[in-house]
Amino acid sequence: MAELFYNEFFRNALLAAVLAGISCGIIGTYIVSRRIVFMSGGITHASFGGIGIGYFLGINPVLGAAIFAVISALGVEYFTKKAEIRNDSVIAMLWAFGMATGIIFIYITPGYAPNLMSFLFGNILTVSLPDILFMVILTCIIVIVFVLFARIILFMSFDEEFARIKNIPVQFFNYLLISLVALTVVINIKVVGIILVLALLTIPQNIANTLTMSYQRIILYSVLFGFIGLIAGLMGAFYLDIPSGASIVFTLVIMLIIVKVFKRVVKS
Amino acid sequence: MQKLVEIKNITAGYNGLIALDHVNLTINSDDFIGVIGPNGGGKTTLLKVILGLVKPLKGRIVYNLSEGENRINIGYLPQQFSADKKFPISVEQVVLSGLLKRANIIRGHSVREKDKVTEVITKMGIAGLRSKPFSELSGGETQRALLARAIISSPKLLLLDEPNTYVDQVFESELFNILEELNHKMAIVAVSHDAGMISSYVKTIACVNKKLHYHPSNEINNEILKAYNCPIDLITHGTVPHRVLKDHK
Repeated sequence: MAELFYNEFFRNALLAAVLAGISCGIIGTYIVSRRIVFMSGGITHASFGGIGIGYFLGINPVLGAAIFAVISALGVEYFTKKAEIRNDSVIAMLWAFGMATGIIFIYITPGYAPNLMSFLFGNILTVSLPDILFMVILTCIIVIVFVLFARIILFMSFDEEFARIKNIPVQFFNYLLISLVALTVVINIKVVGIILVLALLTIPQNIANTLTMSYQRIILYSVLFGFIGLIAGLMGAFYLDIPSGASIVFTLVIMLIIVKVFKRVVKS
Repeated sequence: MQKLVEIKNITAGYNGLIALDHVNLTINSDDFIGVIGPNGGGKTTLLKVILGLVKPLKGRIVYNLSEGENRINIGYLPQQFSADKKFPISVEQVVLSGLLKRANIIRGHSVREKDKVTEVITKMGIAGLRSKPFSELSGGETQRALLARAIISSPKLLLLDEPNTYVDQVFESELFNILEELNHKMAIVAVSHDAGMISSYVKTIACVNKKLHYHPSNEINNEILKAYNCPIDLITHGTVPHRVLKDHK
């Protein structure tokens, strides 16, 4: 056990778990309470298009994913309000379009074929120092925004129309927050992968919401449960020799079931 | 008495459909106007135009601001709470959100604001529910909390969209007593499909069915409604159907 901590990969993984716990804990609470999980799923999968284009152009695929995700996020936010297309249809089309774009560009990129599986399912042990640096910066921005604008975010998430009446720049905050959602997804792709990142944004929140109805406490508990799930999942992956992303999600679901059962037992 | 809002020749609608057609209405500082009319007649659109949520296609709206104000403070109780009832928020936070202002976006809640919450939730009879999750409130309690949110900033104008939905008969009369008291400090415009019920509390009536007909009294009967082209049934439920034609003096 102790020798694990002398392993550079493992130390990075541990740092990534802390940062993923914080960023996903906060952003997840926002998307779960606001019921934009499906929208976030669409943005997540759209980012795969950016990864493909990144490879094709020879730029950092994570940067490609970030650009693609933010543009998709702003686009979804814009089109679901303005255009006369149904909200969920826009998201589903973007979802599939992003994946298709990614696959096409990776396929036509000559020579080196990157391992698709690592993007789809992630591997927390491959998180590098530059990745960690990105995560630190973004996590700081998220914490600052959510501390500074705590009450605006809470109140407009609860009742957007009312915030509009109070002359709050609701649209500005919608764009800002959906961009943060997109970036959070992208920096966590390496940790659990595109397909599984939604788990980090929803399962800790649902565990937390089982125990409290306070927005602030849901954030705190989510950070904690997310971190526990990431570490326990990582250990499980190490000792059972299974993929870490799947192991983390599996652990989180087990935690959710335990907490739900625990609550039912306590109640009765 | 002072003019608060003047709606001048406003036409408004959504998706190519006209909901309000060349409508005029002046709201004075001591008014208590009941807005009645058939479903889809434009009652809610009228409130949304006043709130600035719906931009009129034609006409204009004039807000008479007092010195130092750059925006009129309007309290609003929406029809059927459309937001997520399960949202993780406490009653206190819901009521506090009524104090939200662009200018104090960053600041936390002051002690004065918390005292203000105590004052309004006591008035609404929900002081004991302060730290309860909003999602656990009953229909009547929800309306009280939302009304507390609407009035906590001491607005000059209070707009209510179907305030008596989900409210039991006991609280209904209590609610209108509260509104009568609030009317000393603010103008009130209340939308209701239930013309009979509302007419016994309001001072004047506006019939909205695309067009708006202002009736400068709270006595209303089927002939008047017919003349205003306002096809609604004057039926009150319960045991007091006669109060529709009640004498006001």
